[in-house]
Amino acid sequence: MQSAALKGGFETPAVQSAVAFREIMTAMARPGHVSHVTGGEAPAPVSAAAAAVILTLCDADTGLYLAGAYDTEAMRAWVRFHTSAPLCGPEACSFALGTWDDLRPLGRFPLGSAAYPDRSATLIVEVAHLQPQGRTLTGPGIQDRAELSLPAGPEFADNHALFPRGLDFIFTCGAQLAALPRSTRVL
Amino acid sequence: MSDYNFAYLDEQTKRMIRRAILKGLAIPGYQVPFASREMPMPYGWGTGGVQVTAATLVPDDCLKVIDQGADDTTNAVSIRKFFENTASVGTTTQTAEASVIQTRHRIPEEALREDQILVYQVPIPEPLRFLEPRETETRKMHALEEYGLMHVKLYEDIARHGHIATSYAYPVKIEDRYVMDPSPIPKFDNPKMEMAAIQLFGAGREQRIYALPPYTKVVSLDFDDHPFEASKAPHPCALCGATGSYLDEVITDDAGGRMFVCSDTDYCETRRAQGHVGATQTEEAA
Repeated sequence: MQSAALKGGFETPAVQSAVAFREIMTAMARPGHVSHVTGGEAPAPVSAAAAAVILTLCDADTGLYLAGAYDTEAMRAWVRFHTSAPLCGPEACSFALGTWDDLRPLGRFPLGSAAYPDRSATLIVEVAHLQPQGRTLTGPGIQDRAELSLPAGPEFADNHALFPRGLDFIFTCGAQLAALPRSTRVL
Repeated sequence: MSDYNFAYLDEQTKRMIRRAILKGLAIPGYQVPFASREMPMPYGWGTGGVQVTAATLVPDDCLKVIDQGADDTTNAVSIRKFFENTASVGTTTQTAEASVIQTRHRIPEEALREDQILVYQVPIPEPLRFLEPRETETRKMHALEEYGLMHVKLYEDIARHGHIATSYAYPVKIEDRYVMDPSPIPKFDNPKMEMAAIQLFGAGREQRIYALPPYTKVVSLDFDDHPFEASKAPHPCALCGATGSYLDEVITDDAGGRMFVCSDTDYCETRRAQGHVGATQTEEAA
């Protein structure tokens, strides 16, 4: 148990996190674009992409909420060892990890304030499949229209209506990753 | 490899900057506060841009650095050397070859592509700062989308000069929400900001990062009867003959002699290599 938690980090953290960040940034700047990130390996059921996101962005300054099946003793030990991120509830987190069903309802996460809209959570949503097809997206980062396989429901429209407050989403599936910032309109 | 961590900054700092960049991209035009570090160069020399570039670079990158359009000035040369030493990245002076371009006060003439990133060095990120010195108040004004003061400033320009006299750092509105300082680029460059590349802005002394995703709507503020005009000196380049590029005025003697040349040195050199000739060369040949 303990030794398992020590594995799965970046072998060359400076370079691997730089490469992973570039992919995450490209995804956030171009909603609908599917990136590939590898290098991190967290205990099941966490995907390689979600592990890389946590290794790249989380540290002692960012509370992490593990939702549902992702809140395991093995995962908690892995997060503590590799990132020192404090594990917390949804109300105080900077990042949250889980499936769409486990993360809802979204109103319990920090949405930022009108003066500081950046003080909002980023949700890492593990999905079963991820393709640049599905619901239609428009907004910053998209020349005309883009598509992304997103969960059904009114959450994204409600989130966009809060702009400039709101949540940002990173969708992960295996080594694949896509993002949906609050600025995107989901049709 | 040098004895520095990759791209100079420690990992904790880079994570903090990277989180700020992501929030900046998610809220285009909003200035994200970040814990700017002391860099081995003075404030005003691009400490904000350098930190953003350091957090963005990957080993395969090819970096171009320009200062007012030029690759060969002190600021550009020293920042390029800094990243050659600390990140072992390739460098170039050619716009098309670069994957990351750090810039002080210009946007390259050549249109940028989707796979490129433009990093701006920003001295004063707050467009309202010279109208309202208190951060508590400007923050409230952004929160309430209260930008009347900026229009009053542009109106006073018209009342005093007959036209909007602001010629650089010309305020823009992003996606109909945030008024943003485009950094002190000439207003000639403002229309180029709706581009295919990712644009990141770093202000080191003022501790702010902001960003524009590709194809973000960028509108220069104006009035119906005084529309925005991307002006430049009404001359062709004296060296390459280009008529559509932004020009620098160069004093050539103490008898009033002067010439206008492209501010973008790579653009001008590429054109001259292709055989384009300006007025200076034709005079010499004659």
